Amino acid sequence: MPAPSEEMIEAIAEPAVPEVPAPRLVGHRGVIFAPLAIALVLPFLVQSFLTFQLTLVLVYAIAIIGLNLLTGFNGQFSLGHSAFYALGAYVAAMLMDKVNFPYAATLPVAGIACFVFGFLFGLPALRLEGVYLALATFALAVATPQILKLSPLEYWTGGVQGIVISKPDAPYGLPLTQDQWLYFFTLLVTVIMTLLAHNLVASRTGRAMMAIRDNPTAARSMGINIALYKSLTFGVSALYTGVAGALGAIVVQFVAPDSFTFFLSITLLVGLVVGGVGWIPGAFFGGAFVLFVPNFAESISKGLSGAVYGVMIILLIFMLPTGAAGLVRAVTQRLRGQNIR
Amino acid sequence: MRNASHCLRAAAIASIAGAVLATASPAFAQKKYDTGATDAELKIGNIMPYSGPASAYAVIGKTEAAFFNKVNAEGGINGRKINFISYDDGYSPPKAVEQARKLVESDGVLLIFQSLGTPSNSAIMKYMNAKKVPQLFVATGATKFGDPKDFPWTMGWQPNYQSEGRIYAKYLMENHPNGKIGILFQNDDYGKDVMKGLKDGLGDKTSMIIAEVPYETSDPTVDSQIVKLKASGADIFLNIATPKFAAQAIKKVAEIGWKPLQIVNNVSNSLGGVLVPAGLDNATGVLSTAYYKDATDPTWKDDPGFKAWSEFMDKYYPDGNRTDGNTVYGYLVGQTLVQVLKQCGDDLTRENVMKQAANLKLDLDMLLPGISVHTTPTSFYPLQQLQMEKFDGTRWQRFGPVISGEVGG
Amino acid sequence: MELLLQQILAGLATGTIYACIALAIVMTYQAIGHLNFAQGEMAMFSTFIAWQLTQWGAPYWVAFFVTVAVSFAGGVLIELIVLRPIQHAPVLSHVAVFIGLLAILNSLAGFLWDFNVKPFPTPFGTAPLFANGFIDAHQAGMIAVTLFLLAFLYVFFRFTRVGLAMRAAAHDPVSARLVGIRVGWMTALGWGMAAAIGAIAGMMIAPVVFLEPNMMLGVLLYGFAGAVLGGLTSPAGAVIGGLIVGVIENLAGTFIPVIGGELKLTIALAIIVVVLVMKPQGLLGRPVLHRV
Repeated sequence: MPAPSEEMIEAIAEPAVPEVPAPRLVGHRGVIFAPLAIALVLPFLVQSFLTFQLTLVLVYAIAIIGLNLLTGFNGQFSLGHSAFYALGAYVAAMLMDKVNFPYAATLPVAGIACFVFGFLFGLPALRLEGVYLALATFALAVATPQILKLSPLEYWTGGVQGIVISKPDAPYGLPLTQDQWLYFFTLLVTVIMTLLAHNLVASRTGRAMMAIRDNPTAARSMGINIALYKSLTFGVSALYTGVAGALGAIVVQFVAPDSFTFFLSITLLVGLVVGGVGWIPGAFFGGAFVLFVPNFAESISKGLSGAVYGVMIILLIFMLPTGAAGLVRAVTQRLRGQNIR
Repeated sequence: MRNASHCLRAAAIASIAGAVLATASPAFAQKKYDTGATDAELKIGNIMPYSGPASAYAVIGKTEAAFFNKVNAEGGINGRKINFISYDDGYSPPKAVEQARKLVESDGVLLIFQSLGTPSNSAIMKYMNAKKVPQLFVATGATKFGDPKDFPWTMGWQPNYQSEGRIYAKYLMENHPNGKIGILFQNDDYGKDVMKGLKDGLGDKTSMIIAEVPYETSDPTVDSQIVKLKASGADIFLNIATPKFAAQAIKKVAEIGWKPLQIVNNVSNSLGGVLVPAGLDNATGVLSTAYYKDATDPTWKDDPGFKAWSEFMDKYYPDGNRTDGNTVYGYLVGQTLVQVLKQCGDDLTRENVMKQAANLKLDLDMLLPGISVHTTPTSFYPLQQLQMEKFDGTRWQRFGPVISGEVGG
Repeated sequence: MELLLQQILAGLATGTIYACIALAIVMTYQAIGHLNFAQGEMAMFSTFIAWQLTQWGAPYWVAFFVTVAVSFAGGVLIELIVLRPIQHAPVLSHVAVFIGLLAILNSLAGFLWDFNVKPFPTPFGTAPLFANGFIDAHQAGMIAVTLFLLAFLYVFFRFTRVGLAMRAAAHDPVSARLVGIRVGWMTALGWGMAAAIGAIAGMMIAPVVFLEPNMMLGVLLYGFAGAVLGGLTSPAGAVIGGLIVGVIENLAGTFIPVIGGELKLTIALAIIVVVLVMKPQGLLGRPVLHRV
């Protein structure tokens, strides 16, 4: 047997579980307020169309936070989040279309519906790990457009034709265009949900979630109720993505089965990785990436836009294997004058 | 006092002069522009699936781009060049909305032309009508895009699916009144639209239909559906499927030894794209409909219209696949738009564009003889005529009269 | 009754497609330890290479073996160039890279060969076999090739040193290194084999579903269902699972009224979820144990 090589020793010395970088920015107030201030002013400075795009970035960010809670902080792999997004979107659309529900009120309803559905899906998923869970969620994502098209449900879902929604006007006669109002509304929801997610992750519950991810057996021996926490996390994650879906439906003004294919799940996953798994603010980077980079790829080559997009994803992962989170961590560490080996 | 009356008189003269000038303005052939139109150019927006499941149709966008290059090379329209801006929506409705907004708000196009696909067009229809921007000659046959009362800014172009269904109904009632019809249909808007037309056309003879079997685009094959249709005892097979599935169906029908009268819908009658994969022997005897000249048909060898198209392809789109009917389709719609813009003259407001589009009486040389483009303010269906054709093993042979499938207002 | 028999036969025929791709999935899983979601696109791309070779005049079997060899090399290259640099990155980053690969392959195929449907030749002919042609010669040939591949891979993984080393490397890289296995080489080899098997699956499937860049999308989920049903650790299970999925899907489509035809994908989903929940190792797989 050959002597242990450098490679072998390094392999043994590697931690069994990959580290998740969580750059600490919270101490610096300016870092939070500066982007927020810019975000508040932006819609008055740019074209309506860009405001619309930024609103969509925020919507994706919320969905990605949801995915992050499940996959990043709780270690449950999900390729099926397009299903929750679709559910949230359709709940909102059906309520607004059939029952004339006020749009703002559809968000909590969509959220609760998705929470219940996520929790219920999480229950059998408890027994599944890693690749098996990925498969089950993959199947869910692929089957979702099919289920939305079912003819017995057509009266409610609009079948293949989908449902068209009206865009809301700014309330109380505020001097804002529809796009600007929707942007601020979405921004408000985003800020609230980001804060909630951050608090969740920093709390005992969050630590329990992460313990389950890092070492389920140890977590169990410490008395954490794995089944409960995993299912709850599934529910909360679905809730976030469902609210994002509802917002998305209102912003785009249209839902149809073809809007919620498996590719949406892939988009959210790419956004998660690009932003940084296990880092809440990464969702904004991720959302921006998945909205703007495909457009950029198209401007390079229409025929090969998919290939350009794929290359960009791969290059980004090469340079930043842990996403934007890794980049921010490296920058903040350098700013603090620490050695990074 | 004297100053005041002086001023008053001056004001009176000024206003009278102004009034005279204002009423005299029509004599000066005023140019009127909306966003996207200038003295030098006309910005035309377009949304096509260059990626994703419907990418086979991207050929249409490419043909149209090439056609507008030709128009520009020949001097443009009334001296204005066409700036054709085409974006990819990947056949995804939210992306279509984004691209439509980009075209209208960021690029400032005059109109959106030939946006493709029923879901994408459904997604942007409300926006386009709210913004009062023409959604002109949409690239889909869905019947709902020809509704001037509710959506005055949206218009289709190709014979709509219900018209097609009606035409099949007419043909079958005349030639096979005792037939038993089995239908394979794609389980979405498009498949159901054709079926509706068929049923409306059959009227009280819908009992002729004894089996309706759907398939999903996610199905790998339609073999099981064909087996079911054969077992139903049908002797007429109506194949309402997109190219890949239509080809699979024709092949399977032959393989299981079923010999019904086969009709394949207009979307999937391409020689190279459907009949060759299905097997030319298997496809012999299949019927379909057509409204434009088949570029692979030697009948048109010396036809001036075909020659013009062929020269266009040689010079401006040499990489184009001539066996793909979409290249003729794109050419024809391009010509239609050019006609509309020509009719606008110097009044290039969006309102006038729609007005002229609703006032078309146009013969195009790649359309079949007897078929023409015709619109009125109450009929937003430019093409509603088709001719039956039969595949003889080598090429499509047209027969019978040009049939009209008008859909009731 | 006759319809039932016919549909079962038709289901078996479709099932051979699923069996083929399920085998590729399971073999890839055995070789590299990951579920390769880009499997379908790699198979599709390889099939296009084969098609191009036949267009340039190569006889079928020459094109077949050249494609298998080229795909093998391609798989190794992908591992070395794309996956090796990120081998220490978290699992999700790997998944993101797979997605990137998927996008590149699909887009490139469409760009090079356009999106129109193309017929792909079969060496077995299409003469209808028994029962009024519900199974034809090609589908029978497909089963034969699948079974042959199954046998070959079984022998390879069970009885050869290389095969054993590959399984070890995929299952537990750290321990494998400790016994002297060059894990890096094994992983690259595994990817090469995965690509080669995918190519074979693609070339078998294309004559039935017709060749186009999006041809694998529909098949992949059913393939996964078959692999899960049979057990991700069992190649034989994958084949049997694929056949069963084909039959179930067909029967559901035919005999469940109204929504049967619309529910096929949902049924595949249900199969996956139910099997995973009740018996995660599938029909023939080995139970997965966790060491504390």
